Amino acid sequence: MFEGYWGSVAIFFGINVLMAFSLYVPMTAGLISLGQGGFMAIGAYTSAMLTKGGAPFSIAVAAGGLLAALSGIVVGIPAIRIRGIYLIILTLGFGEIVRVFFLNFSYTGGANGIGGMAPDTNLAWVASACIVIGLFAWRLRYVRIGRAMIAVHADEVAAQAMGVNVVRVKLTAFAVGAFIAGVAGAFYAHYTLFIDSAQFGFLRSADAFLFIVLGGIANPLGPIAGAAVATLTPEIFRFLQDWRMAFFGALLIAAALWRPDGLVPAMRARR
Amino acid sequence: MLLQQLTNGLMLGGTYALVAIGYSLVFGVLRLIHLAHGEVFMVGAYIGLEVMLAFHFGPVAALAAAIVGTALLGIVLELIVFRPIRRKGGSFLAPMVTSIGAGLILQEVFTKIFGAEQSEFPAGFGSDVYHIGPLLVSTTQVFILAIAILSMIVLHLFISRTRYGMAMRAVAENVEIASVLGINTDAVIMLTFAVASGLAGIAGVLVGLAYTAVSPFMGINMAVKGLAIMLVGGLGSIYGAMVGGLLLGIVEVLCVAYFASSYRDAVAFGLMIVILLVRPRGLFATGMSAER
Amino acid sequence: MTAILQIDDVSKRFGGFLALSNVNCEVTEGRIHALIGPNGAGKSTLLNIISGVFTPTSGNLVFAGQAYGGRRPDVIHGMGIARNFQHVRLFKGLSMLENVMIGSDARTDAGTWNDFVDLVRPFRDPDTATQRAEEALQFVGLGNRGDRLIDQLTLVDQRRVEIARAMASRPRLLLLDEPAGGMNPSEVLDLTGVVRKIQRAGITVLLVEHHMRFVMTLAEWITVLDAGRVIADGPPEIVRRDPAVISAYIGTSG
Repeated sequence: MFEGYWGSVAIFFGINVLMAFSLYVPMTAGLISLGQGGFMAIGAYTSAMLTKGGAPFSIAVAAGGLLAALSGIVVGIPAIRIRGIYLIILTLGFGEIVRVFFLNFSYTGGANGIGGMAPDTNLAWVASACIVIGLFAWRLRYVRIGRAMIAVHADEVAAQAMGVNVVRVKLTAFAVGAFIAGVAGAFYAHYTLFIDSAQFGFLRSADAFLFIVLGGIANPLGPIAGAAVATLTPEIFRFLQDWRMAFFGALLIAAALWRPDGLVPAMRARR
Repeated sequence: MLLQQLTNGLMLGGTYALVAIGYSLVFGVLRLIHLAHGEVFMVGAYIGLEVMLAFHFGPVAALAAAIVGTALLGIVLELIVFRPIRRKGGSFLAPMVTSIGAGLILQEVFTKIFGAEQSEFPAGFGSDVYHIGPLLVSTTQVFILAIAILSMIVLHLFISRTRYGMAMRAVAENVEIASVLGINTDAVIMLTFAVASGLAGIAGVLVGLAYTAVSPFMGINMAVKGLAIMLVGGLGSIYGAMVGGLLLGIVEVLCVAYFASSYRDAVAFGLMIVILLVRPRGLFATGMSAER
Repeated sequence: MTAILQIDDVSKRFGGFLALSNVNCEVTEGRIHALIGPNGAGKSTLLNIISGVFTPTSGNLVFAGQAYGGRRPDVIHGMGIARNFQHVRLFKGLSMLENVMIGSDARTDAGTWNDFVDLVRPFRDPDTATQRAEEALQFVGLGNRGDRLIDQLTLVDQRRVEIARAMASRPRLLLLDEPAGGMNPSEVLDLTGVVRKIQRAGITVLLVEHHMRFVMTLAEWITVLDAGRVIADGPPEIVRRDPAVISAYIGTSG
């Protein structure tokens, strides 16, 4: 179906959608992270080491996600008490620390990175993951934990007084978001077939952030729309050759001015 | 040896401080993070580069040009990127998106003009070295340290002694009340951007002199560290940013000298975590909350 | 007649400011118990301590025989204490029904595993939390409008939703913080009816209020606070004649 160049665009689009969803879940609970690149790195490196050691791809992807989720819990613990800009910078710091860690960790190649993974990622994998996680994000709105997340985002003190276990909600939000980023990382590693720490730095985390703020944080179509705009417009602007990033930047400014709260409005509430 | 490392650390820290002050200034008046500030720093470095390469002027002229150029850039950013979003209302997330967009544009423009690779920044003063007691310093190092300290002193005087500086502090304190008191808050915000960006421009030239190299991507690294310093010093605190920046410079240099150089970028955040554990609001807590 | 809540020598200090000083109070089960006092007396602080938003600096809290000082608000909610807020704190982003469901959700099976099961379980309609939330809305007179967005509601309706949200968890003790704030006389009359209904349902009510007629109509026991201390504690007929109470209120109309 999608062969060659556009197939490649489709896969990167799918990975970007997953990264956007990785931030969608924590942001539903009001937690802003500029460190999703760090979780992606953990998923990428874990899965790469596993497949190179002979593990099947599906196990490697799951393990990458789980290890990322565990680190999401670790990062989430300070996030329980920390809000707003402090949290943004804390997560930024986490992303940087992960990047520097992999830069120095010789077991995973240090500055040389890891290469030679089997090209296990294909459009079927990525598309299925996007669909499953998209459905999850939609369903989240209508179940108990999703309502609890929105309540925590709206008014943490009142939520707690109404019986919401804020600690559990925040940690779950962080862990689930990290898991999704880890899965995206695993797909990424087995598509680009070479990873090093530089690919998972601040720019990667900023990308995830852009996709979701651009697209809208209160609707599962938001991450998809944001990732679509962000991935596809540089392709569309490709005809403008070397200035496409500048045009993308201009587009970001224009889009944020047009719709400061995101392209896609909030989901309808229940009944 | 230790004293030498400390001096190097102060030099590096001075440039960090100048950038971090800019973040604190903008946060103080607008309560948000200026995510293109790193690129303003980069632009300052390139303005300095051009002045020295194309016009064969010295470092002082480079500084002057960088200050003017970046101050103007700061004003342009406020007018195009921040003010229109402010008028529209909405959360603090949208200005982050627009400032990232502006940063991308600046990166692209300078990549196109100068290439994505590093460019060599001319040595400012030749290679004379002096012995001050046990220390070995070059003219360049003395210049960098002197300019950094001078800039901070001038800033301090400006903020505490002039009407404009007081207006900036008033707006940072409470923008509604400042406006009711007759202060033209829009003008003050523009002034704040000019000052913050000018300081970043100075830092850009100094870093160029120090490492004799610049690249269109040098802003990212500086941006990320500057944010950590802002938190260490206390959100919105100018003096916190100064102290935090100097502290980071020293700790980073010590880490490279006595530990391992490849960990240096993580030092900023390690330091941040340690300080926040002891003083969660930063070294000089201002009581400014993160939301307006 | 058992005491459902015992406040035992509770003090609360904020930095240099002593907000509550050796407060002793007993709330009998099934009663409507009012907590009154001039502005700044510490009434809301005491409610915040009872509901766990603040921890006492010293003293004990006992609910249904169990000492519970220092527990988290959500744990206290699970014990059976629910509340509203003086300045309405509903959850933006959730509908009226969903706001109330936060209260009834708390009573459903907790735990992360169940949260994930929740995702894939086929749509079950109506499930317990929804049902209880709808019942709570009916109870306060807001049935059949659950999908309204909360910013479309009047202040009075918002206050009712808050009470429904507290009721949805079927508490044993309901804390009401100035529920009549901003209401006109006919709305206050409605509210009086609702509070009586709550009592008939077997729930104990601890009511902080400035609206004197509302208090005197409903209260079966009154505790009076002034500057952080209890200055009177007894049935309404006695408290209203207490000279200490009258002098604390000089200048205030009710």
